[in-house]
Amino acid sequence: MRKAIIPFFGPFLVAIAALTTAFSASAEDKVLTVYTYESFTSEWGPGAKVAEAFEKTCGCKVSYVSVADGVELLTRLKLEGASSKADIVLGLDTNLVSEAKATGFFAPHGIDTAAVKVPGGFSDDTFVPYDYGHFAVIYDTQVMKEPPKSLKELVEGDPAQKIVIEDPRTSTPGLGLLLWVKSVYGDQAGAAWAKLRDRVLTVTPGWSEAYGLFTKGEAPMVLSYTTSPAYHMIAESTDRYQAAAFSEGHYIQIEVAGMTKAARDPALARDFLAFVTGPEFQSIIPTTNWMMPVAATKEPLPEAFGKLVHPAKTYLMSSDEVAANRKAWIDEWLAAMSKN
Amino acid sequence: MTEGGKFRQSPNYNRKQYKAIMINRTERHFTLAAGALCLGGIVLFVCMAAYALLAFDAPGTPGDGAVFDAYVWRVARFTLLQASLSTLLSILFAIPVARALARQTGFFGRVWIIRLMTLPLGLPALVAALGLIGIWGRQGALNTAFAALGLDQPISIYGLSGILLAHVFFNMPLAARLMLGGLERIPGEYWLVGANLGMRPLSIFRFIEWPAIRGLVPGIAGLIFMLCATSFTLVLILGGGPAASTIEVAIYQALRFDFDPPRAIALSLLQIAVTSALLVAIRLLTPKADDGHGGGRKVRRFDGRHGFGRIGDWLVIALAVLFIALPLASVISSGLRSDLIRLAGDTMVQRALVTSIVIAVVSSLLCVVATAVMIRARQAAMAPRHPLALHRGLAAAISASSSLVLLVPPVVLGAGWFLLLRPLGDVAVFTPLLVVLINMLMALPFVYRVLEPAMTTHSARTARLAASLGLGGWNRFRFIDWPALRKPVLMALSFACALSLGDLGAVALFGSQDMVTLPWLLYSRMASYRSTDAAGLALFLGLVCLVLTIAGTPSATNNDKGRHDAAA
Repeated sequence: MRKAIIPFFGPFLVAIAALTTAFSASAEDKVLTVYTYESFTSEWGPGAKVAEAFEKTCGCKVSYVSVADGVELLTRLKLEGASSKADIVLGLDTNLVSEAKATGFFAPHGIDTAAVKVPGGFSDDTFVPYDYGHFAVIYDTQVMKEPPKSLKELVEGDPAQKIVIEDPRTSTPGLGLLLWVKSVYGDQAGAAWAKLRDRVLTVTPGWSEAYGLFTKGEAPMVLSYTTSPAYHMIAESTDRYQAAAFSEGHYIQIEVAGMTKAARDPALARDFLAFVTGPEFQSIIPTTNWMMPVAATKEPLPEAFGKLVHPAKTYLMSSDEVAANRKAWIDEWLAAMSKN
Repeated sequence: MTEGGKFRQSPNYNRKQYKAIMINRTERHFTLAAGALCLGGIVLFVCMAAYALLAFDAPGTPGDGAVFDAYVWRVARFTLLQASLSTLLSILFAIPVARALARQTGFFGRVWIIRLMTLPLGLPALVAALGLIGIWGRQGALNTAFAALGLDQPISIYGLSGILLAHVFFNMPLAARLMLGGLERIPGEYWLVGANLGMRPLSIFRFIEWPAIRGLVPGIAGLIFMLCATSFTLVLILGGGPAASTIEVAIYQALRFDFDPPRAIALSLLQIAVTSALLVAIRLLTPKADDGHGGGRKVRRFDGRHGFGRIGDWLVIALAVLFIALPLASVISSGLRSDLIRLAGDTMVQRALVTSIVIAVVSSLLCVVATAVMIRARQAAMAPRHPLALHRGLAAAISASSSLVLLVPPVVLGAGWFLLLRPLGDVAVFTPLLVVLINMLMALPFVYRVLEPAMTTHSARTARLAASLGLGGWNRFRFIDWPALRKPVLMALSFACALSLGDLGAVALFGSQDMVTLPWLLYSRMASYRSTDAAGLALFLGLVCLVLTIAGTPSATNNDKGRHDAAA
């Protein structure tokens, strides 16, 4: 009888034992729970290296909870409410800051951010920037010999040369382009979109779909980041894809991290936010998250980063302004882009 | 199926009352209760999620009242337009394909063509879109060929045409397979009589084939309409601009970008209302099915053997195969350019593969069992000549839920259940269960379309015989039901597996790093610039799907054996 039962229940017993030890082990150590987006913790992302580096100094364990993207991160927090397990939320962008603050879940960080240098300047008592990138039109040098040199040239250029953009209703780069056009054109943004519309091959739900179409060769241009060519130069050793520098300047996306009021160990959370702006973390970011560092790195950046477009002028709207006008501006975009 | 075999009929068994289906009273009550339980579970699962979202007091929610503004109406109008056209085209193209495949039974590779038709279901929308673009796109194979002839990109798929193309690519094969099932259920005697009467192809279509197909059309059209109405990624990628947006886009936007749960629920209700109105219209416009009764003679067709009929069939089959296979070939050829050996050795990939397969198998098994139970309950409820109002209600609710469940956006289910489970602790623990349940729910309408006609025909042919033999429960299942229903059950399983394999949605809702499926990994690689890796993973996904399809479409000889067993 015993013989018959053990093979059947054996695996369950082992599993239960494993679970019990896992829980008891984690109860003894300090754990810092970091909510972030999926590409941060993916095998190519900075997550594992960041956790390893921080764990060396803190005597704690870093545990990630990852969701699809920055927007989803905020949704998850709202769904979880005050009882969220998050100590740190890493991966919101500046457009979401005012909405994130309105939830009342975040606590002021209280750390010194003097070392942080972000183009256009961004400082906040609640959120700490950890990387940034400028939105840019990436073009295929094999197809386009003369890329647009300004947003105006993009808008008014040859409609036969197409661009793939992202939808501002469902993606952050899409919203970025919307704000970029608004910053440059102001009241004329609707007219600019109506003109650009002929050049738009299609509007994808997210960055991945747009970039996939672009690298497949469907369109010679795509809306992405100034840092995209760095990936192709470093990981694929090709300088085929380049960013077009626009004379009006580029809109910036700054990614930020913050600590929650419910953080179990506020001192530890604060240490992590300080670590995020330190050289250790900043050195990991460029070649894993493919964004620009906001503070000094341990070694100089790889050569490829020197070849990137570094915009002379940076656009950034306050997140309050974005929150107040987003709906109206998306309606304007819809109206201009939907005419047949 | 019940507590055990019952060879003796109970003495108070009333033959007259249960004329069509004579199962004994206990078994009938048991069947009804089981069906009601399944239905109740599904309704509860959906309603609780919606309730949780509505009851949720979102912090910092904008919520500015007006849900049904001009934007929503425009989006609703476009949803209806593209879904109606997609459905119409899919059905129209599917009829000749199903007919040609039903007529030409003897050729080598036929079973592979039928298997090919399940594959599009298993592809994530993004992969299928890239495959279609590889053929029909600006730089696709067709435009490249035309360029060699001196024409400058004559084909442009971005716009309504691209959406229709993609929807026909996904749904025409589905419709053709379901119709083929109907044509294959036509009793052998019909063909014998048809041949004796010297019926011409047009008469055969009119008097034999069309009556078998037309009963299936409302169900198939309804299913395709819902799939197209809730299409999201394909519509945006191929639509060419925001003029092509579906209500599903607005729901996604409301819940994930604006976080406005009441608006998301209101839009979901709009989607259900608009679509179910159309489904009712489809059902009213089409005549009732005609199920043939026969002695289970081996089906042998005498038409389409020679001449134009044969050539026409071959042409239709060849075109359909090209239409389906070319985009798949494009997916394969991009996949072959990736480092497949490294990918196959990657532990993440292996884990994702196992997770995907386990989820697919478990959810499809659950789905087939639950659907079969509900169909049996529906038959049992409608068996008496004057069914009770309660039983009529149950039957109607079952057939309605089997349709409408597709219209419930997974994003609403995910967010709702997240809220419900959170007080119980770590939601990540429940993720596998929820993903299985959501996948099961999404496959239900497909499985229902496969099983319902087969089970109805089967029950009409064998119920009296089984009852007169006093067969019930396990014995009837083993000797009567299983041999005849094996083929549709396997087909339903392979549909459900393919759907679940290609599904990104349910997993993405919970975004747990502990549970990585193949489509999730594919998107993740794409999101970090690794599009060649993603192409390789798409190839793996296709292969897994193919293996499951092979299991789901056994070769024809086994089926013939089954027919004879059933008739014996």
